[in-house]
Amino acid sequence: MFLHVKNIYKKFAHAEVLKGISFSMEQGQALTIIGSSGSGKTTLLRCLNFLETPDSGQIDLKGKCIYDAERDRNCSDVQLRNKRLHFGMVFQQFNLFPQYTALRNLTLAPELLQLERAPRNEQSAIKKKIDEAGRDLLIRVGLADKMDAYPYQLSGGQQQRVAIARALALNPDILCFDEPTSALDPELTGEVLKVIKDLKNEHTTMIIVTHEMGFAEKVSDHVVFMAHGIIEEEGPPEKVFHNPESPLIRSFLQKEDFY
Amino acid sequence: MKHMFKEITLQLLQGFGENLTLFGLTLIMSMPLGLLICFGSMSRFQPLRWLARTYVWIIRGSPLLLQLFIVFYVPGLVFGAPMKNRMMAALVAFVINYSAYFSEIYRGGIESISVGQYEAGHVLSMKRSQVFMRIVLPQVIKRIMPPISNEIITLSKDTSLARVIAVAEVIMVAERFTAKGLVWPLFYTGVFFLLFSGFLTLLFGFIEKKLNYYRG
Ligand SMILES: Nc1ncnc2c1ncn2[C@@H]1O[C@H](COP(=O)(O)OP(=O)(O)OP(=O)(O)O)[C@@H](O)[C@H]1O
Ligand SMILES: [Mg+2]
Repeated sequence: MFLHVKNIYKKFAHAEVLKGISFSMEQGQALTIIGSSGSGKTTLLRCLNFLETPDSGQIDLKGKCIYDAERDRNCSDVQLRNKRLHFGMVFQQFNLFPQYTALRNLTLAPELLQLERAPRNEQSAIKKKIDEAGRDLLIRVGLADKMDAYPYQLSGGQQQRVAIARALALNPDILCFDEPTSALDPELTGEVLKVIKDLKNEHTTMIIVTHEMGFAEKVSDHVVFMAHGIIEEEGPPEKVFHNPESPLIRSFLQKEDFY
Repeated sequence: MKHMFKEITLQLLQGFGENLTLFGLTLIMSMPLGLLICFGSMSRFQPLRWLARTYVWIIRGSPLLLQLFIVFYVPGLVFGAPMKNRMMAALVAFVINYSAYFSEIYRGGIESISVGQYEAGHVLSMKRSQVFMRIVLPQVIKRIMPPISNEIITLSKDTSLARVIAVAEVIMVAERFTAKGLVWPLFYTGVFFLLFSGFLTLLFGFIEKKLNYYRG
């Protein structure tokens, strides 16, 4: 098992948002998470990226326990940074750095990370390599001509593609998307979804929270339906979308105009 | 007459040198100190936050003029060690005063940056210090340039308040002529302030333009 999430609980001041989430996935798979607003999808992704620390539960990756609430709930910043390296995150609001060009948005973090350890005489070679890798990534997401553009000069769809490339630049084991097209005009969602499909074809391991049901059905190997902080149902897309056990899914899909 | 004009100009210029010294030293010290106070006022440690905000309230809530008197007289009255260096007293009062104002400008700037920017940095495994220095601070600097320029121009004129504790700044020099029945040097000092604030305005215009290479 590539990723194994076990019994994650997360409580905020008054609300218990995640009430024992467990799931697992294989390398190269795309797992989509669907569910109505407030069911805890974003919170779950944030836990995987350690923007929130789960109150209890474990996360195993590649057979190794990378997070155990008992042990790591109060772990140091350095430890958190190491854990975060396993996961990439693409936000609904892109969150690009406005003061940097598209390319610099990609290269900043890898540079900071690698130069920290590198001896002085190798630094310019490393920078050059990171720069080239960044350019390749931008070409992959179809932005060869926007390397030097600032975020404000890009459309929403282009910004989100930069954000995807930025997350990929650190070679995460798993790339997470939190409603990557929800902030986009309908005519721009296609270009972002296409990039995600391409990544799927290249066997990038992905966890995608989305309200695009048609897309979820097509792209995912495994679908997780969340309701009120638990996993109400999961399985291959054919089952979850067309033959679900839980009546909650049917009413959810109706609301999402899936049928 | 021509000779007198030159003589008075030179003397006023010497006085304005004091204004510029006070201006420059105040900036160099109060801008970093303001950042420390700003961090204090945003700290998660409540007593520190309370302390920093009380400081800001007291300093912003009372006249700079009064603060000058207090810094000048209190050491002598309370500790029996009067301030000998008037410029030093003025500098201390100005640094205390301006650091409070700067800290509030910084705080406004920092709080205007969305949490998404921090989170984007964190998920990219950046250190907290890197997130602040590389992501947040550059954006804050751009956003606070207009209020900072405003504050700095205000400071350039406020330096003349130092005359209340007899720092020989330009207006005080001019008043010596007034006492001898010569009024125009007093009005003439305005030219010095105007030229200097004109220069500052151009400088900040230039910096703001430089920072305009991106939006957001
Ligand atoms: N930091 C927080 N403090 C308190 N409550 C929170 C916090 N973050 C999330 N919540 C609550 O947790 C619940 C789940 O939120 P979450 O954002 O995970 O839902 P979601 O499934 O992503 O919803 P949506 O589809 O609207 O994005 C909501 O009721 C929300 O109000
Ligand atoms: Mg959400």
